[in-house]
Amino acid sequence: MIYRFTCIVCPLGCAVEVKVEDGRVVGVTGHTCPRGEEWAVQEVTNPKRVVMSVVPVEGGALPTVSVKTAEPVPKEKIPELMRFLAKLKLRAPVEVGEVVAEWNGIKIVATRGA
Amino acid sequence: MFPRIPMLNYDVVVIGGGPAGMAAAVRAKELGLKVLLLDENDHLGGILPQCIHPGFGLHYFREELTGPEFAARLARKMVELGVEYKTAARVLEIKNYSDLEKVVVFTSPSGAYGVWARAVIYAAGARERHAFEIGIVGDRVSGVYTAGEAQTLMDIYGIMPGREVVIVGSGDVGLIMARRFALEGAKVKAVIELMPYPGGLARNVIILRDFDIPLYLSHKVVEVRGRGRVERVKVVKVDENLNEIPGSEFWIEADTLIISAGLVPNVKKLTAIGVEIDPSTGGPVVNDRLETSVPGIFVAGNALLINDLVDYVAEQGELAAEGAREFIENGGIGSRKWVKVEKGENVRLLAPHYLSGDRDVYLYLRVARPMEDVELRIPEIGKKMKLPVVKPAEMLRVKLKAEEIRKAEKLTVEVVRV
Ligand SMILES: Cc1cc2nc3c(=O)[nH]c(=O)nc-3n(C[C@H](O)[C@H](O)[C@H](O)COP(=O)(O)OP(=O)(O)OC[C@H]3O[C@@H](n4cnc5c(N)ncnc54)[C@H](O)[C@@H]3O)c2cc1C
Repeated sequence: MIYRFTCIVCPLGCAVEVKVEDGRVVGVTGHTCPRGEEWAVQEVTNPKRVVMSVVPVEGGALPTVSVKTAEPVPKEKIPELMRFLAKLKLRAPVEVGEVVAEWNGIKIVATRGA
Repeated sequence: MFPRIPMLNYDVVVIGGGPAGMAAAVRAKELGLKVLLLDENDHLGGILPQCIHPGFGLHYFREELTGPEFAARLARKMVELGVEYKTAARVLEIKNYSDLEKVVVFTSPSGAYGVWARAVIYAAGARERHAFEIGIVGDRVSGVYTAGEAQTLMDIYGIMPGREVVIVGSGDVGLIMARRFALEGAKVKAVIELMPYPGGLARNVIILRDFDIPLYLSHKVVEVRGRGRVERVKVVKVDENLNEIPGSEFWIEADTLIISAGLVPNVKKLTAIGVEIDPSTGGPVVNDRLETSVPGIFVAGNALLINDLVDYVAEQGELAAEGAREFIENGGIGSRKWVKVEKGENVRLLAPHYLSGDRDVYLYLRVARPMEDVELRIPEIGKKMKLPVVKPAEMLRVKLKAEEIRKAEKLTVEVVRV
């Protein structure tokens, strides 16, 4: 199985190819730096993303507070995380940078104050 | 002149409280100017508070932030420095009595005011192109939004605009909205792109793969149908001259159509006072202080040209503030032997347009079409810069040294194959 995609580590946007046999990475080509290689392998074996959303807040100037995960989350866990976030409700005051919840050991940080 | 409205007095008025305006106000204050910032929104930040995704500030703060975080940092700086500002203050008009006598008229909940100022920094951002501008016809239905409207609904008010979505435009804004909808559980049925290549940064094109969203290149949405609400949209393939290919049309069922067809600098208040506009950027013609053709009127951010990085927007704000200080101290930027910058091969737009040669400058430019293994060249001064890839979506920024500029009568920027 060969995976082809554009590397997003930097603006160069290399076209990388990752060769996988029996669930193991056996070769990466097309990258021009070690960071790209590392990213490409992770992208195939365990892709992760920082996730953002908004959570309702009571008593703030705006009706929502925006949040993000403090670290990237495995891609296949994202729907579960979104369902968790959908149940959250906050109360003002909330500070930018405040940890407003935790999910499976991952901190959920407010990115807007209220 | 305005006998019935109270008049305020400042050195410089900044119009717009987005990153360009906030960075300008902060810098103006640091430079010792009496500055007032005005924004029509209830909150500072411009469009940043609604851009809740990461990808902001890598250059300016050397840290990857979300839009609201970037805005909060600049707002905090303003408060720390004691920069005066008014929100819910909409500027109606700029009056240009003479080089050092300008009046900015605005309305606010406490009434209308005029501000006497010696210089104005215009940082009013951009507006979005809407459905009519891109030639979509059909029923007048609800469910058609610009990307910014949908983003405001979702990320400021927490309201889902729809469930089955078609997005027009694969620029960063369109892709980011595709991700937001998909994350919130909507079905993104397609992203439709007129050009034969995606319009966004590589790091955003990945979104399509993440959520299995089909991207139709060389296609356009031409018609929208429904009773009351969007029910379906008609898509047609285009050839290399962007002409519709007869018989290629098909319908996609959806309840929501998101228009993300690009931004246009918001320059109405400037054209009203005769500021010269560059048709290729849609923003004003400026010199290397970001001063427009009307002395003492400076411009920064998306009102100058559409930027893809907020870092450059903030940088332009600071530059405009430095220009305003020089203007006020010396009673004008003064006449110089301005070196004109011209567009050459595969350069679609650039700014600033005139360089003084008494300072280093950044040139901001965009190419017309994607190319690989190219060189950016300025033949008059023998400048060459190798670039592995260039795309219209990614703004290029080149630093020129004062002594390089002084050598030339004019400068031509071209992007050519090596
Ligand atoms: C969906 C989206 C995603 C983006 N993603 C990224 C990203 O990942 N990384 C990145 O670096 N950049 C990103 N950007 C770009 C960045 O947000 C913009 O370049 C930047 O916000 C432009 O700043 P500005 O200050 O020029 O304009 P704006 O932020 O638009 O601010 C202009 C302000 O002027 C005010 N104004 C206008 N007219 C008047 C008037 N008459 N009176 C008073 N006030 C007025 C407006 O209310 C507004 O507050 C994104 C943009 C969008 C839309």
